Amino acid sequence: MNQTVQAVEDRQLRNDVPKFQAGDTVRVHVRIKEGDKERTQAFEGVVIARKHSGVRETITVRKTSFGVGVERIFPLHATVIDRIELVRQGRVRRAKLYYLRKLRGKAARIRERDTRGERAMAAAAAAAAAVKPQAESTEASAVPEIESEAGE
Amino acid sequence: MVNGIIGKKLGMTQLFSEDGSVTPVTVIKAGPCIVVQKKTVNTDGYDAVQLGLVEEKPPRRINKPTEGHFKRAGVPPTRVLREVRTEASDEATSVGDKILVDIFNEDDVVEVIGKSKGKGFAGVVKRHGFAGGVATHGSMFHRAPGGIGASAYPSRVIKGTKMPGQMGNVRKTIQNLRVAAVDAENNLLMIRGAVPGPNGSYVLIKKAQL
Repeated sequence: MNQTVQAVEDRQLRNDVPKFQAGDTVRVHVRIKEGDKERTQAFEGVVIARKHSGVRETITVRKTSFGVGVERIFPLHATVIDRIELVRQGRVRRAKLYYLRKLRGKAARIRERDTRGERAMAAAAAAAAAVKPQAESTEASAVPEIESEAGE
Repeated sequence: MVNGIIGKKLGMTQLFSEDGSVTPVTVIKAGPCIVVQKKTVNTDGYDAVQLGLVEEKPPRRINKPTEGHFKRAGVPPTRVLREVRTEASDEATSVGDKILVDIFNEDDVVEVIGKSKGKGFAGVVKRHGFAGGVATHGSMFHRAPGGIGASAYPSRVIKGTKMPGQMGNVRKTIQNLRVAAVDAENNLLMIRGAVPGPNGSYVLIKKAQL
């Protein structure tokens, strides 16, 4: 894509989207205008598909409301979306969970994902990142003598 | 007052609006342009200005007549020149003036002129949207045009009958387009909908005549 067009798209991207994938349960807060009043409405359900990329990215959220399956497709970067909360992480083996449409009740459950390992990795990475900037800043401002100190 | 500008079609994307709707837009790098020549009724028979599109890369090599044309105007040479008609009483613009995207505002109705994508020698199904025949079940009539007129009378084919031929690669004007956004800082014009030509082609954007 043309760089300028890409820049136009990047300007519209939101940066508050939590990391989630298909199988996770999310709560999407949508801004709704009623006359001149504005309120937010939450839609909570399982993400059964994540499609496209960049500004055109969409998620399909499915929930069962009064025994009826309801699906909503949200453009991830739309201005009407106030925020997205990650409620529960699920363990699934597909990127698209369209098979859930045929299942109901107990069969439509999704196992919770074991994120202990992931969290440990993230924590380690965060700790490493917290240490590194200091080292870098001293190095950056440093003259060769201090660099030898860091080597010790 | 010049009411047109030369631009380069960059590509299409979408814009979210506050109410949640999505507008498909074409991003055009419009201008800056300079007035290279002013034409008047007395000298040329009509009133117009000739605009040149100032690009990041100036033309590498220009021939002598073109060089002379720009030298006479006292402006650096440009690759693209287009003409825009003006009012006879237009004294405000003179040679060397800069024309920027800020002549357009959001929600302005404009028309865009460009050269459409060439499709080559196209048949009647692609070129004129004929339905064509059945593909199978022994059908021997697929994409042929069929009859092109009656027999003894008029004994000729009526002019303008839709037939195969060159499709596209012609100058096209799309009217009634709306400006979705103007980015004066980056010389960008976002126009709702599609405009003729491939990405990277030059287009002329004019305010709609009321």
